[in-house]
Amino acid sequence: MLELKNISFSVTDDAKHKSKEILKNVSLTVDEDSFVVITGPNGGGKSTLAKIIMGIEKPTSGRILFQGQDITELDIHERANLGIGFTFQQPVRFKGLTVKDLLRLATKKDMRTDELCVYLSEVGLCAADYINREINASLSGGELKRIEIAMLRARGVELSVFDEPEAGIDLWSFQNLIRVFERIRDEKHGSVIIISHQERILEIADKIVVISGGEIAKTGKKEEILPQLLSESPACCEFYKAKTPREA
Amino acid sequence: MSNAQTAYSEDVQDMLKVIADLTGPPAGAYNIRVDGKSVGRQSSSNIEIKSKENGQGIEIYVRPGTKGEFVHIPVVVDQSGFSDIVYNDFYIGEGADVDIVAGCGIHNDGTHLSQHDGIHTFHVEKNAKVRYTEKHYGEGNGSGERVLNPVTVVHLEENSYLEMETVQIEGVDSTKRVTNGDLKDGARLVIKEKLMTSGKQRATTEFNVELNGVGCSANVMSRSVAKGESFQAFYSKIDGNNVCAGHSECDAIIMDNACVKAVPEITANHVDASLIHEAAIGKIAGEQITKLMTLGLSQSEAEKEIVKGFLK
Ligand SMILES: Nc1ncnc2c1ncn2[C@@H]1O[C@H](COP(=O)(O)OP(=O)(O)OP(=O)(O)O)[C@@H](O)[C@H]1O
Ligand SMILES: [Mg+2]
Repeated sequence: MLELKNISFSVTDDAKHKSKEILKNVSLTVDEDSFVVITGPNGGGKSTLAKIIMGIEKPTSGRILFQGQDITELDIHERANLGIGFTFQQPVRFKGLTVKDLLRLATKKDMRTDELCVYLSEVGLCAADYINREINASLSGGELKRIEIAMLRARGVELSVFDEPEAGIDLWSFQNLIRVFERIRDEKHGSVIIISHQERILEIADKIVVISGGEIAKTGKKEEILPQLLSESPACCEFYKAKTPREA
Repeated sequence: MSNAQTAYSEDVQDMLKVIADLTGPPAGAYNIRVDGKSVGRQSSSNIEIKSKENGQGIEIYVRPGTKGEFVHIPVVVDQSGFSDIVYNDFYIGEGADVDIVAGCGIHNDGTHLSQHDGIHTFHVEKNAKVRYTEKHYGEGNGSGERVLNPVTVVHLEENSYLEMETVQIEGVDSTKRVTNGDLKDGARLVIKEKLMTSGKQRATTEFNVELNGVGCSANVMSRSVAKGESFQAFYSKIDGNNVCAGHSECDAIIMDNACVKAVPEITANHVDASLIHEAAIGKIAGEQITKLMTLGLSQSEAEKEIVKGFLK
């Protein structure tokens, strides 16, 4: 249902007057109703790839097909209206707009408190306490993340892209969040891409994609990739174990 | 329907709906002024409204201890070329707790300048509480300018409280708003201003607050959007003359070729005066537009929603 064909993305570094390649020739297919988890080291290019899918960044080269249609040239809102949704790694704050306002804009209808409650309670928030809160600096980071997730859920789109949904969510809520994602997977209503570093989320994937240094380092079925990832220990740990500065 | 209501023209009725949310004569005390004349008035058992002896406005007396009552004093200028000036004095008795709804609408279909200058003075006695809302609105198809220059003077006695909310969203070509306040021990003043200008409109806001009493406080907040070629200036002057707290905040969104100026002046004349001024002027954050576009809104729809929310 989603096909990325040879996607490259570079930015020009003003200071050094040269271009920097952030994604290099990335090709990826997401099947109908499948659950794909993208993982990999910080700075690898995961968020950039998600933004390219949503249209927030335009690739330097390559094509994007969504349900057979070439959407490479489409603007963000056009893709949104075709059925693509995205949660930001760092959700945006607004002065004045409330949770209810954003949910109204997301679903394009005025929802009653009990309807809003369905989506907010799923992410562990009580609608009565939150619907009239402004999406401003007064919300905690974790609250903001949950509202971001609820907003995408309420849209009920064909392709949902979550950028590190679990970041900043407390341990207790994390268990519930996993349950939410398990439910999304079992519902089989639309495809899901989750960017995550969490083993618990990798475990519910159909497919795992590892992005590192702007390239796809590994991709395959969860059963195949997950054991490999768990057996590898990151290079920094080796270094850390070898010698601490005090001993040196 | 009462006679008073049927006597109003459609324009005047529309205006009353916009500026004071009135669809007929309100309950409680009120005075409705159209083109310089009082066209409807009612006092209640606790609130007396009477004309000034010089005929240039009204005096409103709220009895001490009056609770939960409303006073509506809307003004409409419907005649092109009419220039209206009025002095309204409010005497809020000790321990009273009331809502005052003012507002001014100008409907100008003609070519002449229409203007309303309202000078409102509040004497708020000990422990009294006032919520004062004021909406300004202009409309009409004529080329005549619509000008509003409100002056509000607030004298706050010990432990009294006044909260003022002023809104001017559309259709006023030129406005200069001056608000002066002086506060005694424990008094609190809260001012919330919302303003939007477009086209070639000009709006100047000036706040002068004297924090004289022990433990008194003032909080002045302005949120504004400037579009087109419009100009806005925000001057806020707070003097802390005692152990007190003063905070003023100007938050503006600038669009197109507009110009916004914020000039804070805070003076501490006492070592325990705590005064803060914050000012932020900038265009709509790009990521806010992006976020709303990911929900399916076009760029211009997104901007509209952000502005609407900001001024809500
Ligand atoms: N506009 C830009 N200009 C310069 N560099 C950029 C730009 N956008 C992204 N980058 C760089 O591209 C790389 C990939 O960034 P990206 O945010 O996609 O990483 P990520 O895999 O999501 O990392 P994390 O796990 O930390 O979220 C980083 O090195 C980042 O600094
Ligand atoms: Mg990222």
